[in-house]
Amino acid sequence: MMQITPKENQSQWVSSGIPIIAAVLALLLAAIPLAFAGAPILEAYGHMIKGVFGSLFNFTEMLTRATPLIFTGLAAAIAFRAKLWNIGGEGQFYLGAMAAVWVGTGMIDGPPALMIPLVLFVGAFAGGLGMLGPAILKTRFGADEVVTSLLLNFIILIFVQMMLEGPLKDPMGLGWPQSEPIVDNAVLPQLITRMRLHAGFVLAIGTAIIAYIILAMTVWGFKIRAVGENAAAAKHAGIGVNRTYLAVAMASGALAGMAGVSEVAGLKGYLTADLSAGFGYTGIVVAMLAGLSPLGVILASLYVASVFVGADSMSRAIGVSSFIADLIVSMSLICVLLGGFFARFNLTFAKKQVDTK
Amino acid sequence: MLSPSTTKVEKPLILSLRGMTKHFGPVIAADAIDLDLQRGEVLALLGENGAGKTTLMNMLFGQYTPDAGSVHVFNEDGQETVLPSGQPQAAIDARIGMVHQHFTLAENLSVLDNILLGTEALLSARRNRKSARQKLSKLMHDSGLTAPLDTRVRDLTVGERQRVEILKALYRDARILVLDEPTAVLTPQEADMMFASIRAMVDDGLSVIFISHKLHEVLAFSDRIAVLRHGCKTGEMNTKDADTSSIIRMMVGADHEAPTRVHGIPKQPILNLANVNTKPSKGGQGLQDVNLTVHAGEIVGVAGVSGNGQSAFAGLISGLVQPTTGHVSVNDQVIQKLTPKVMLNAGVGRIPEDRHHDGIVSNMSVAENLVIERLDKPDVQQNGFLRKASIADNARNLTQNYDVRGPGINARSALLSGGNIQKLILARVLETNPDLILANQPTRGLDFKAASDVSLRLFEARDRGAGVILISEDLDEVLSLADRILVMHDGQLTETDSRDRTVIGLAMAGGEQQ
Ligand SMILES: Nc1ncnc2c1ncn2[C@@H]1O[C@H](COP(=O)(O)OP(=O)(O)OP(=O)(O)O)[C@@H](O)[C@H]1O
Ligand SMILES: [Mg+2]
Repeated sequence: MMQITPKENQSQWVSSGIPIIAAVLALLLAAIPLAFAGAPILEAYGHMIKGVFGSLFNFTEMLTRATPLIFTGLAAAIAFRAKLWNIGGEGQFYLGAMAAVWVGTGMIDGPPALMIPLVLFVGAFAGGLGMLGPAILKTRFGADEVVTSLLLNFIILIFVQMMLEGPLKDPMGLGWPQSEPIVDNAVLPQLITRMRLHAGFVLAIGTAIIAYIILAMTVWGFKIRAVGENAAAAKHAGIGVNRTYLAVAMASGALAGMAGVSEVAGLKGYLTADLSAGFGYTGIVVAMLAGLSPLGVILASLYVASVFVGADSMSRAIGVSSFIADLIVSMSLICVLLGGFFARFNLTFAKKQVDTK
Repeated sequence: MLSPSTTKVEKPLILSLRGMTKHFGPVIAADAIDLDLQRGEVLALLGENGAGKTTLMNMLFGQYTPDAGSVHVFNEDGQETVLPSGQPQAAIDARIGMVHQHFTLAENLSVLDNILLGTEALLSARRNRKSARQKLSKLMHDSGLTAPLDTRVRDLTVGERQRVEILKALYRDARILVLDEPTAVLTPQEADMMFASIRAMVDDGLSVIFISHKLHEVLAFSDRIAVLRHGCKTGEMNTKDADTSSIIRMMVGADHEAPTRVHGIPKQPILNLANVNTKPSKGGQGLQDVNLTVHAGEIVGVAGVSGNGQSAFAGLISGLVQPTTGHVSVNDQVIQKLTPKVMLNAGVGRIPEDRHHDGIVSNMSVAENLVIERLDKPDVQQNGFLRKASIADNARNLTQNYDVRGPGINARSALLSGGNIQKLILARVLETNPDLILANQPTRGLDFKAASDVSLRLFEARDRGAGVILISEDLDEVLSLADRILVMHDGQLTETDSRDRTVIGLAMAGGEQQ
């Protein structure tokens, strides 16, 4: 008979080692579907590695891909720490991008020192409002934010499409549903010439460090952790639980909104309805892989981005579908969740009979 | 009530723990403990908070793997079996049942589901519930422990939950029953009923180990007593040879006197409730037209059977429950909107009844839990940043002054023993020198020494000019601490001048007053 018992001592080392082991394991497990697809396995792995580390360009492409994931990963991680289930990162991403486009395409112009902070702020604010709604519904009426924030994604996406067909549509866009380009002064500068990597990456890393500092070292972070771990005790201790939810919602939405700004003002230059490759949702996976730790989010984003970029280049080289990337990321998540389970519980297969003297 | 059996003959062994040892990092929770249990015997396991009682029982039940030592069980023919360590299923198969210090029931499932959980194969759909019900109703009939099988556990009172926990163990055919502080959350009446049922089952051959800090029930219901101290077994004796002072000597290695009360000198009013009504709270009654003044320098004891309005009353003083009509004022200031923060700032310290639910954030550290009510104070934060060094200093001081023992100030507070969690909360509340102290079941789960420390501290607080409200189901505690006694019944609070147990008991049951 199989039985599950909690472990009395859970070591710090084990719990922080798990995601790494899980990530490696998931990569190795990818050999199975590759074999089924009839691909030469070693060669496929070779292409994947080359796709990420083969050249400076490839490497910066990976960092570029990781940039929005760091933001959306942080958005999920900080909300989940308070047990506020923000599933609406995708919608908040578009709100941020749309707000950036709204002020950044000629409404105002000024030097970059003004314009860049402005689009970032406006985008973050819009994203924050996108999560504030579900949080208010939660604190006022007890509405489940999982449902409201998720549904809001679809509403926002339709709204974006509507705006791109209407007020935000680029008259010079040959009829395509896309916005006017962001003015030059609001574009996030490139980090290396002829590479697409932009200042959004540095900003993302800096934001992750700030998020870490907030959670670990500030009173506000203390409140977030306390509310997440035991809202009843936090309330009894005089912490404003609802106020904490609202503030976390604002921060979480703002982070997802910054992902949108960074993509639109750092990479694409204009808004389309397919700006996000599911970054809002992938951010949730990233946060889980990272064990909800802000610094872990950086590593998890780099890993997930590497898998995507590597698998892309592999599929181009040997003609296997790049869906393999989704598969690997999903498998890593499953491995991490299972690994976390094994770290916390003992699984024993007890034999029925016991030894008798 | 039933008296312990007084047979002199050695009964056959049923269980023997040998050399049980367990370390948690630097903490030695159990150090080569030997313990025997005879068939049909009630063994009381005593010891200070953190002595290692729960740890020892968890090793017996296979939940902790001992560093050394073994568990031996004997069947009717005296045949010996060594249980494989660290396997609860082996303990269950050996017919050992355990009721934990904290409830382990699933709130959303029915009583029946909870009892059957884990006994049914996962896939055998809609199973043999009929025979299960039959077995249970026989069990309830024989043991006298009853519970509504189809009610969800979250709608049960604590007393009922405790019975479900015991039924759950008995349903698995336990012949050895381990009860970890079974009466800590029960009213004296419920405790008496539980022990009566258990005694009946013991006469039918059940063997029981129970852990308790209440010496009177140990003396009344056990056959034998074993005492642990700092992880070692320091003594054993037959209950008939024991009395309170001999047990205490064995537990702490010295004599110990409970502090005696000198009457307080009431001064200016601190708390005033004027015609307060509230909604019902946590399944208990709401308050009905309560008028009360608590003065500085007095301890006001609130006696009563739980569910009569205590939780609304405590919620009100804690700032969690709003009055529907009436006024609450603290230090002559009418409080417009009651929140925990407002009450804290008005100088009210609160010791909550349910320490795990309301008292601590168990996944945060001891040090963090010690400052959670004072996050805006300059020694805790500076410009919004936590002052880690000063928070750690605070924790070192408080854990020392209030004797909070455990794996250290940075350990998760969940790792503290039950009594030490209570001491942590006491330390947090008392160190701020509040004007008014709400002590809701403050000694629940504390060993007698820690409990008398609490009494001392409450006396101290009173004598420096605090008003104290003590809510307790333990009439003895109310009588020994309170300067003034109020009885709570049906949401109403009535003062009684009597210090006679029967008179107060009658008032608690809603009978004639005076
Ligand atoms: N999982 C754990 N990790 C670290 N330390 C632990 C753990 N469990 C218990 N301890 C420590 O071991 C010691 C014994 O704890 P135990 O719970 O057995 O005490 P107890 O005798 O049951 O006390 P109480 O009467 O307060 O319930 C305590 O110092 C406790 O902090
Ligand atoms: Mg214990």
